[in-house]
Amino acid sequence: MESTKVFDAKGLACPMPVVKAKKEMDKLESGDILELHATDKGAKSDIPAWAKSSGNEIVKQDQEADVLKFWIKKA
Amino acid sequence: MSVKAMKAGAVAKKVIEKKELFIVDVRNNDAYEDWKIEGENITSINHPYFDLLDSVDDVVKELPENQEVLVVCAKEGSSKFIAEELSEATGKDFYYLEGGMKTWSEHLEPVKLGDLDGGGSVYQFVRLGKGCLSYMIVSGDEGAMIDPLRLTDQYEAFAEKLGIKVLHMFDTHLHADHISGGRRLAEKTGGTYYLPPKDAEEVTFKYEPAEDGKEITFGPDNVTVKAAYTPGHTIGSTSYIVNDTYLFTGDILFIDSIGRPDLAGLAEDWVGDLRESLYVRYKNMNQDLQVLPAHFAKLKELDDTGRVVARLGDLYEENTGLQVEDEDEFRRMVTENLPPQPNSYKEIRQTNMGKVNPDSEEETEMEIGPNRCAVS
Repeated sequence: MESTKVFDAKGLACPMPVVKAKKEMDKLESGDILELHATDKGAKSDIPAWAKSSGNEIVKQDQEADVLKFWIKKA
Repeated sequence: MSVKAMKAGAVAKKVIEKKELFIVDVRNNDAYEDWKIEGENITSINHPYFDLLDSVDDVVKELPENQEVLVVCAKEGSSKFIAEELSEATGKDFYYLEGGMKTWSEHLEPVKLGDLDGGGSVYQFVRLGKGCLSYMIVSGDEGAMIDPLRLTDQYEAFAEKLGIKVLHMFDTHLHADHISGGRRLAEKTGGTYYLPPKDAEEVTFKYEPAEDGKEITFGPDNVTVKAAYTPGHTIGSTSYIVNDTYLFTGDILFIDSIGRPDLAGLAEDWVGDLRESLYVRYKNMNQDLQVLPAHFAKLKELDDTGRVVARLGDLYEENTGLQVEDEDEFRRMVTENLPPQPNSYKEIRQTNMGKVNPDSEEETEMEIGPNRCAVS
């Protein structure tokens, strides 16, 4: 999947993956896609919940070994 | 203004002593809806941390004037982060829960139940975050445990404080809602692990069968533990009677409810056993026995000192599950009021049989969430 920006949040503990992803998201334009990689297990439920609450859309979600991957489309 | 850690034990004391506490739970809505810290004078609000990154004003608006405020999240990080934001925004003090809901879920609060005639004493460990109860029975410098949880470090620390060696571990049944600590403790202390044989047909390790009528006497005070077969929650479910004073009912009889017969998959078959245990076997016992179950469902079951205990005869007056004499009606009540099954109950049973060996992080994950062992 095409992404506008890839953000690596691997190794960061909650709440940092969301805090930093939000900062990246703020820099993007509507329709852009942020690809986020995280290893914190809490990200699995928190990233989709955050996306929903902020009006953005998870267009794809994947997991490779311990790495959770999200493609988030900016509203 | 400052941000300080509050330990799970301090929160437990507030729950037991019915103290006031205002909780800002910053986990996501689903996690909060699933389970949260509750108490008679505990107020909580839920604002996921990711909604508070730009501004904490929504929370500030709801804060009480003169009450301690505790910020809670899953593991600690987010609660500390938000507590700092709140402190900065208001200039006031805030607490965060040390170790988060994970630690809360695992905290055991020990309370003394009483001394035994002829020497010895009994302690109850209240796991507030999950509703599990486990017990340590002391006989001089020797101890026994009933339904110990996997959180063996906490028992070992307590035993060390008492100066005793815990050598006899009894499980009332093969648990489906939490991982047993019986086998692990026995391995660590060189003690014995007793399990009802009918629940142990598939276990992969050595155990001592707790057969109906079996009596074990231990320690300098000669405390006796007697097994009494009371099936129904599982086919093997066994109660233990200590010094003809305390009756450990496991998941068959609780203070305010009764056990459920379906967690090993056979509700229809076992409901008859459950009824016989409740309406015949316990009824034929000494009604002055003090009932000590493996769970509580509601906080009102705790007395002012945090103990969960009731006289058997009184339960025949008060417990709604013991008022249904008609067999068909009982069958309907038990099979039609089953709450959702506990998280990961199949995996937990496999673990307790020794068939799988999850690491401690996986074990924590398996046990997260509310307890659901009773018919509600």
